Amino acid sequence: MSQHDHGAQPVILPPQEAWGVIKSLLNPVTYLKFAKEHPILSLIFLVGVVVTVNRFLIGGLAGTTNLDDNNPWGIWISFDLLCGVALAAGGYTTTAGALIFNIKGLRTAVKPAILTAFLGYAFVVYALLYDVGQPWRLPYPVFWSQGTSSVLFEVGLCVMLYVTVLMIEWLPNFTDWVGMQKISHVIHKCTIALTIMGIVLSTMHQSSLGMLYLIAPHKMHPLWYSAHLPLQFFVSSMVAGMSMVIFEGTISHHYMHSRMSPEYNRDHDGVLFAFAKACSIILFGYFFMKWVPIAGENKWGYIFDGKYGLMWLIEMFGFIAIPCFLYAVGYRSRSTGTIKAAATISVLGIVFNRFNVSWFGFNIHLRPEQQYFPSVQEVIVSVFVVTLIILCFRFISKYMAIFSDHPSYSKGHH
Amino acid sequence: MKRRNFLGLAGAATATALAGKAQAAGGHSFDGYPNSYGVLFDASRCIGCRQCEMGCNKINSENVTEPWTTLPKKDPKAFDEKGLNATARTDASMYTLVNKYEPQALGGKTPVFKKAQCMHCKEPACASACFVKAFTKTPEGAVTYNGSVCVGCRYCMVACPWDVPTYEFNKLIPYVQKCHMCHPHIKSGKTTMPACVKACPMEALTWGKREDLIKEAWARISSVPGRYLPHVYGEREMGGTNWMYISNVPFAQIGLREDLGKTPAPEMTSGALGLVPLVACLWPVLLGGIWQITKWKDERAEEDKQKAVAEAIAQERAKAGK
Ligand code: SF4
Ligand code: SF4
Ligand code: SF4
Repeated sequence: MSQHDHGAQPVILPPQEAWGVIKSLLNPVTYLKFAKEHPILSLIFLVGVVVTVNRFLIGGLAGTTNLDDNNPWGIWISFDLLCGVALAAGGYTTTAGALIFNIKGLRTAVKPAILTAFLGYAFVVYALLYDVGQPWRLPYPVFWSQGTSSVLFEVGLCVMLYVTVLMIEWLPNFTDWVGMQKISHVIHKCTIALTIMGIVLSTMHQSSLGMLYLIAPHKMHPLWYSAHLPLQFFVSSMVAGMSMVIFEGTISHHYMHSRMSPEYNRDHDGVLFAFAKACSIILFGYFFMKWVPIAGENKWGYIFDGKYGLMWLIEMFGFIAIPCFLYAVGYRSRSTGTIKAAATISVLGIVFNRFNVSWFGFNIHLRPEQQYFPSVQEVIVSVFVVTLIILCFRFISKYMAIFSDHPSYSKGHH
Repeated sequence: MKRRNFLGLAGAATATALAGKAQAAGGHSFDGYPNSYGVLFDASRCIGCRQCEMGCNKINSENVTEPWTTLPKKDPKAFDEKGLNATARTDASMYTLVNKYEPQALGGKTPVFKKAQCMHCKEPACASACFVKAFTKTPEGAVTYNGSVCVGCRYCMVACPWDVPTYEFNKLIPYVQKCHMCHPHIKSGKTTMPACVKACPMEALTWGKREDLIKEAWARISSVPGRYLPHVYGEREMGGTNWMYISNVPFAQIGLREDLGKTPAPEMTSGALGLVPLVACLWPVLLGGIWQITKWKDERAEEDKQKAVAEAIAQERAKAGK
């Protein structure tokens, strides 16, 4: 695709027809048609539904997972919760950059980032329903019996509030679409307040996810256990969020090109460069931050000790130093390709780090045969959840003005 | 009166009087309930007969206290084997288990047994980790579990340094399972001491006030020099526990971790958690300030631009007028 091909304004259906689209969602024929066009997605969906039924009605946790009394948390925590929340950090980083720091050229990244964050968080909560033993009690910690000494309580409270904030931030896309501009208008007036709330809540729960592990020093490898875990989780979440915005921006650009207005197409590279610069600086700081506890607590010996040392070095150099360098090079030489590569490595690096903390480097006191490895069904649920996010993203960006300004704004000064 | 509970009755009168004071002194510098009860296990006395396991299963399967504290009844034959192998652990159908070890310290052939169950920490990791306050450290010493609020997040299992809480993974409405030191049965008068202690034929288990148990433990250690290791496991581990161990072989060789340290688990997160309100207060002010400044700067830039344009136009006009 050419950089100069900025295309035409995408078509946004008028409100009357929008309701028609919503009604068609209640019609099974819509899904059969979709299934015919997308057999692979449909297959994943179907298998996901089967495992879901097994999880809740037949086999329970024992029939679906490899979890046991020694390994109470598996990939539904390592991937769906920890990676999910980190990779959905694009919401707060983008809104902070565009609306609080007023960085020019980020404006067009805001709506897609909010949509991704909203879907990301909504499905983190959805995935937790699979993981907890009595999902219908999920509101208990907030509304019924508050265990305020628990880090998980803080995580739960913040995530709940933040999903609500994201929902409100996202809502104008919907209300514009169905012709309820009045609601959009009210929400737009609260933009800054919502943005600040989002950043505060994100700071709190991104770091709290690292804080969760502070209570278990005796189960973790010393290279990953540190009093700095909350700080490390927060700082790396910024990189995760921005890299993810670049990563999916690239994909959307490819598949959703016709949905993008000329302005959105034009600004795309600007977003890339702004985030590349920010990511390279933050990764640089993060790299040195990770050494502080090693030096401070004299853990040098572990670095050259066996497979954990090697994994730590791979994480540090392969997944932090290299993308940091690539981001810097990409920014200086204005190479979008290099930046995209850096973003991909960064995203993988976050996944690797969260897995190291919560899975590979966790429960290392157990004998090898007692250690956890996910079951096929656990993996299916994780894939299923990601698929659901993609399907929702596609549907919403296909109909609503995510990569363009809604036509109702063109008359105003927006 | 049997010897195993002689400590328990001494000073029982003052127990209740002082319990209230400990509660009032809660907060961060919690020293534990001074008159709480506990159990001392003596590895040198245990013969691995598993009568204790049987007693535990009997009292907890026959007495329905709450739906989540009722164990499935087991056939006595299930306890025939003498001490389970070292790798066995409790699951959701039991609160306790006796492991058999062949420690290097005794040449690797002679068996030594250890009974595993909840340690009833003075400052429990499980209770601090639970986001619905399902666990209670009772003034009597036991750490109890209230399944009526449990969501099943299993953070308690992640947090417990001894991997004690188990989960009913195979049930559609699952609960956590964990030894409650017979707290409900003692309260209801069903028994005067934990069923396992009562069942032990060797007096390998002793029930009593924690403080007295520590004295008793040290008395035993010093009475026969060289018989025991000079350490009471649980006196200080993770801030101290109400279930304690003495042993004739190193604790690590009978499956008790010696690398846990003395810091109570709640202290590991309280510092970081304490910073959270700070972030919640400081961040909005800072971010609001930054937003104001950038907005003001942009407005000024815009103003300056307009001024410059206006001046330029005026100049042009002046020129044209000339
Ligand atoms: S041993 Fe584990 S389950 Fe028992 S009180 Fe301590 S932290 Fe809780
Ligand atoms: S599993 Fe239940 S008892 Fe354990 S921390 Fe979660 S809510 Fe609390
Ligand atoms: S503690 Fe007592 S009852 Fe239990 S196995 Fe040892 S000797 Fe037997």
